[in-house]
Amino acid sequence: MRRVVSLYLPYWSTDRLRRKSGAGLAEPGPSRDAPLATAVPYHGRKVIAAADAASKAAGIRTGMTATKARSLVPELVVVDGDPAGDLAALTRLALWCGRYSPFVAPDPPNGIWIDISGCAPLFGGEPALLKDLHRRIARAGYEAQIAVADTAGCAHAVARQVPAGRPVIIEPGQSAKAMTLLPIASLRLEPGVVEGLRKLGFERVEQLLGTPRGPLARRFGRSLHARLNQALGHAPEAIEAVFPPTQPRARRGLLEPISTVEAFVQVIGDLVADLVRQFVAAGTGARRLDCWFHRVDGGIQSIRVGTATPTRDPAHLAKLLAARVDQVEPGFGIEAMTLIAPLTEVLAGAQHDLAERSERKADLSGLVDALANRFGQASLYRAEPRSGGMPERSVGASRALDAPHGRRWADDLPRPGRLLDPPQAIQVMAMLPDHPPAMFVWKRKRYRVVQADGPERLHGEWWREAGHEARQPYAVRDYFQVEVEGGGRYWLFRQGDGEHSATGPMTWFLHGAFA
Amino acid sequence: MRHPAVLAELRARIAAIEGTSAPRAALPFGLRAIDRHLPGGGLAGGALHEVAGSSELCDDAAATVFLAGILARIEGPVFWCLRWRDLFAPALDLAGLAPDRVIHVEAGSDTHVLLAMEECLRHPGLAGVVGEVAKLSTTASKRLQLAAESSGVMAFVFRRASAIDAMAESTAAVTRWRVRAAPSEALGIPSLARPRWDVRLERVRGGDAKSWIVEACDAQGRLALPALLVDRPAAAEERRRAG
Repeated sequence: MRRVVSLYLPYWSTDRLRRKSGAGLAEPGPSRDAPLATAVPYHGRKVIAAADAASKAAGIRTGMTATKARSLVPELVVVDGDPAGDLAALTRLALWCGRYSPFVAPDPPNGIWIDISGCAPLFGGEPALLKDLHRRIARAGYEAQIAVADTAGCAHAVARQVPAGRPVIIEPGQSAKAMTLLPIASLRLEPGVVEGLRKLGFERVEQLLGTPRGPLARRFGRSLHARLNQALGHAPEAIEAVFPPTQPRARRGLLEPISTVEAFVQVIGDLVADLVRQFVAAGTGARRLDCWFHRVDGGIQSIRVGTATPTRDPAHLAKLLAARVDQVEPGFGIEAMTLIAPLTEVLAGAQHDLAERSERKADLSGLVDALANRFGQASLYRAEPRSGGMPERSVGASRALDAPHGRRWADDLPRPGRLLDPPQAIQVMAMLPDHPPAMFVWKRKRYRVVQADGPERLHGEWWREAGHEARQPYAVRDYFQVEVEGGGRYWLFRQGDGEHSATGPMTWFLHGAFA
Repeated sequence: MRHPAVLAELRARIAAIEGTSAPRAALPFGLRAIDRHLPGGGLAGGALHEVAGSSELCDDAAATVFLAGILARIEGPVFWCLRWRDLFAPALDLAGLAPDRVIHVEAGSDTHVLLAMEECLRHPGLAGVVGEVAKLSTTASKRLQLAAESSGVMAFVFRRASAIDAMAESTAAVTRWRVRAAPSEALGIPSLARPRWDVRLERVRGGDAKSWIVEACDAQGRLALPALLVDRPAAAEERRRAG
């Protein structure tokens, strides 16, 4: 499901001016309270291009001549507008919004698109994402109205027409319903069309929906229903994303739409080759790659792969991407593909041929990446000794490609090959205080102990003793290694030292099996 | 034997088809009793081996350390593909397999373990790849065997909780081992002697089944024979149990 955020900055130009003056730049800016407007030359006159909240309240409208505005509000401060600067700043802000999603685009003159499809869970859901966005924009000194909906048109309309003071969320599937009550001006139509519709008595989108389309289209052109369909989600609307200028990316437009895995792999090979040339020139390697598949119907599918170490090996990168291609739903076909590297790291030139060891390590990183992309980074690890008192806490995990830690466990204590986590309660016959069990029952099976070794007393970590750990409030365990009839060896422990009930309730557990 | 040249050529062609024509360096156990029984004098490199314990947890633990002992004696990184986290790394360390050398892959299910194994086996330069599964189909074993042959990496399928009397499916594995705990020597003091295992070679390509009682791996992963040499053929063992 596509979810598009429209970020509307109603006072973008004037807020920018205020922010500049607040930052103490050279030009002494207008004071905080005075109404502020910008003006641009238009046919030999100066007309108002943007007005802030105070001047709007006083009756200033865009398109008014500056002279008339001054006569209406004598204390009005009129500053020369800077449309090019506004647009450049809007693009920078859009790139900043890339923290929420890779799909961002400026929506001139004073809006930004963010396609957050699939991104919301990373921020704890849509409400949290929008709240965070709103808070950060507001803190930067900009008035913002935010809406999210299934279609760009609906989000755009709601953000501009519903001044709720907080982000508005149109739930999935509710776009059409939300649109019906909005005025026709929210449809992004040309001004003449809105005037014409008003004259005919159309005020709300609802009325348009109930009217036959043919006569309206003859009078007002196709764009009317094109916009309506986009807002209702009947027609696709593509957002052309912007990228940071330094981000390596490659794009291939295709003569014929493609939809087979083989064709994708072929194009991926070309894209990777393009990207690797950029990596070599910049002396970097990829840590993350996004591949976007632009569908014929305007939708975009994307796959993402990560690498454990920066790499620019074309075969390796192509292989990682190719392994994910089966997730792409091509629909009616893919007409263009884009490969970008959102995360790169410096990668010095390496000589693979000289040292055999480094070559072997490079091989391993390829394998580790392939496995990590399939099973997740967390399921690939090396065991690492930890300073935990209890066996289950003595093993930590380190990343698969980290430098060897070189540490080992104490090699004189018996440890089982298979550990039961959590330990399982057993019934035991044993003499107190320090004798090993003579018999134990586990899973309704009786094991007679032939020989035993122990106890090995383990103390819990002192910082856990004070009831931090509800499951294991007792700090002392006596471990016995026992051999049962038939030769099987098990690791049993008793909670408590066998004499003082304060150290534990003397219950027995099976914690593992030996070789 | 009238045409030894013809026979020799036929043997060579069969060997080529079976993929055993170019025997890779075999890894000896260092015990003559076992090594002389294995074609090539040890565990064949670049091949698939099957190891099982039994439905008893202690036997699976024995098989785990048996594998660790083998891998400890090969140089290079080890990929150990698991379904979930119940392997206890300190025990591998005790058998000589340092934690730095083992990369655990938690794949979640049998299918994923086999996929991960195949992926690992395509990369030369590893010491070995272990995959813990409940079941291994003939097709899957063939794929693994081919992958192991192409890269020269030793592959071990560890069949977890495999019942002793389970019908053995035919697989492409070169050897099939079953490792079970065996009673250790009574020392006469309240302490435990070196553990012993009942190691059975249930199947070997180009050889016969046999079983040994061995003493478990030491810190370098080497097995030993008990001082009172026990070396019984499988048939005699069966008679003893039946009787």
